[in-house]
Amino acid sequence: MLSYTLKRLLGLIPTLLIVAVLVFMFVHMLPGDPARLAAGPEADAATVELVRQDLGLDKPLHVQFVTFFANALRGEFGRSIRTKRPVSQEIAERFMPTLWLTLASMGWSVVFGMGIGIVSAVWRNRWPDRLGMTLAVSGISFPAFALGMLLMQIFSVQLGWLPSMGADSWKHYILPSITLGAAVAAVMARFTRSSFVEIMQEDFVRTARAKGVGEPTVVLKHCLRNAMIPVVTMMGLQFGFLLGGSIVVEVVFNWPGMGRLLIDAVDMRDYPIIQTEVLLFSLEFILINLVVDVLYAVINPTIRFK
Amino acid sequence: MTTDISVAAASSAANSSEVRTPWTEFWRKFRKQRLAVAAAVFVGFLVGVAVLAPWLAPFDAENFFDYDALNSPPSSAHWFGVDSLGRDIFSRVLMGARISLAAGVLSVAIGALIGTSLGLMAGYYEGWWDRITMRISDVLFAFPGILLAIGVVAILGNGMINVIAAVSVFSIPAFARLVRGNTLSLKHLTYIEAVRSIGASDWTILVRHILPGTISSIVVYFSMRIGTSIITAASLSFLGLGAQPPTPEWGAMLNAARTDMVNAPHIALFPSLAIFFTVLAFNLLGDGLRDALDPKIDQK
Repeated sequence: MLSYTLKRLLGLIPTLLIVAVLVFMFVHMLPGDPARLAAGPEADAATVELVRQDLGLDKPLHVQFVTFFANALRGEFGRSIRTKRPVSQEIAERFMPTLWLTLASMGWSVVFGMGIGIVSAVWRNRWPDRLGMTLAVSGISFPAFALGMLLMQIFSVQLGWLPSMGADSWKHYILPSITLGAAVAAVMARFTRSSFVEIMQEDFVRTARAKGVGEPTVVLKHCLRNAMIPVVTMMGLQFGFLLGGSIVVEVVFNWPGMGRLLIDAVDMRDYPIIQTEVLLFSLEFILINLVVDVLYAVINPTIRFK
Repeated sequence: MTTDISVAAASSAANSSEVRTPWTEFWRKFRKQRLAVAAAVFVGFLVGVAVLAPWLAPFDAENFFDYDALNSPPSSAHWFGVDSLGRDIFSRVLMGARISLAAGVLSVAIGALIGTSLGLMAGYYEGWWDRITMRISDVLFAFPGILLAIGVVAILGNGMINVIAAVSVFSIPAFARLVRGNTLSLKHLTYIEAVRSIGASDWTILVRHILPGTISSIVVYFSMRIGTSIITAASLSFLGLGAQPPTPEWGAMLNAARTDMVNAPHIALFPSLAIFFTVLAFNLLGDGLRDALDPKIDQK
């Protein structure tokens, strides 16, 4: 198990390097001169030159990359152009609300998605299946921002049950996490169903039934563990979707997280923030995929010995 | 019209056991799925609306202002009501169909074209070209789609053309992987060996003999991807990075409607429904195509 995890960790290095190069190149792909961007529009040529030297933008690209990489390892990403505060500080404040929101969404969408998927597979082609799959296909077709506005209109404006903005108490998490998780729950439901339907036709399921195992045990013990393998992979992919989706949901609910920070940064051309956020989001996604791969190996022992 | 023909064709094929071409097989399976057929009809209707929108719209979507009816709810004059600037929402939703469909279809088409070419070559030649293509695909996959799109828009600037470019970029790796996988399994089949033995060039083998074998999975993925792309494009406009305000883009309309949610929720309702039904139709169509084209699924 340990050697498998180590092997996977080493396998990440090339991907991480490519991501780091892409993120580094980002600043150089922006239209205009990064030194002028950092110095501000009213700076004269001499100031721009000073800023260029200060930021090391006058050095050759590969030297700049090494500096960038070394600084990134130490958690130094420069200063925000808009607020002049260190980027690491700006992001640290916004990191946890986004992480909690993502985890809350993931939690309930896995529970509901898998629940609906299993029910649909067990009662295949009957009304629970039709209802579940109608909900699921609607869930993947309803854009998060529209769903968020609808939920806010009903539960905050009309009924006044839940707060619409901010992230102060657990109540604030309800609407945004439902909005963010709906599409994921839908995808999980569809995926769990098809995975389950396939497993339920396997010989070992017939054997279990033949030797007199009760139906709940067949479904929950024999089928679930085997159906989990593709479902766990799907979960990992969906995490990336949640991270991306959180950007939209945070704007709708005015959530003090990384997504809104990113949109504000794009608006203001605050490239140190954009650069760091893209790097962080990618790192998070890569790490989650690693965790998923390891989980996968825990569930399915044959993977470990390949 | 088209469904009638297909019904006739399929039933005659079944009755007299005529030649079963892939097309009649496809229609036989596809027409059984009423939801997917309905979705196909609705998609056809949407395309009609998108093409004819300037003639169907009762008012100018951008330059007509009814100052006496600001924020008014649906009425006989304005079927979907009026927005906060006095523009007719029905006309704007119709015109929005053009933008959303064009963005969805174009971006997936570009992604499919590039991705398919890369995938065909990667699967056929393997070696270093394959490793590089797949490694870059992995990295592109490592970026959540919308984040990648935001990055591209941050570099290229706001606007619908850039959004289409951004959304196509994140369709490329999916098509590349799909086609590569198919190519890898097809190229060892006997008929490819036979074609090669009579001296066909690599190009002929790829385009005339391997590509047709992968086309059904490309079609299925294409239709499923359009829904996602429409949502992504609308999300970017909603975030203020895509189509800019006077343009009647559905996502941008929703963003503008946010300030009037309390006193005029209908302004947000109709663009939301438009996005929902459009994406739903493409998703149902994609499901139907998959069930009809995927040989692994047995029809029960």
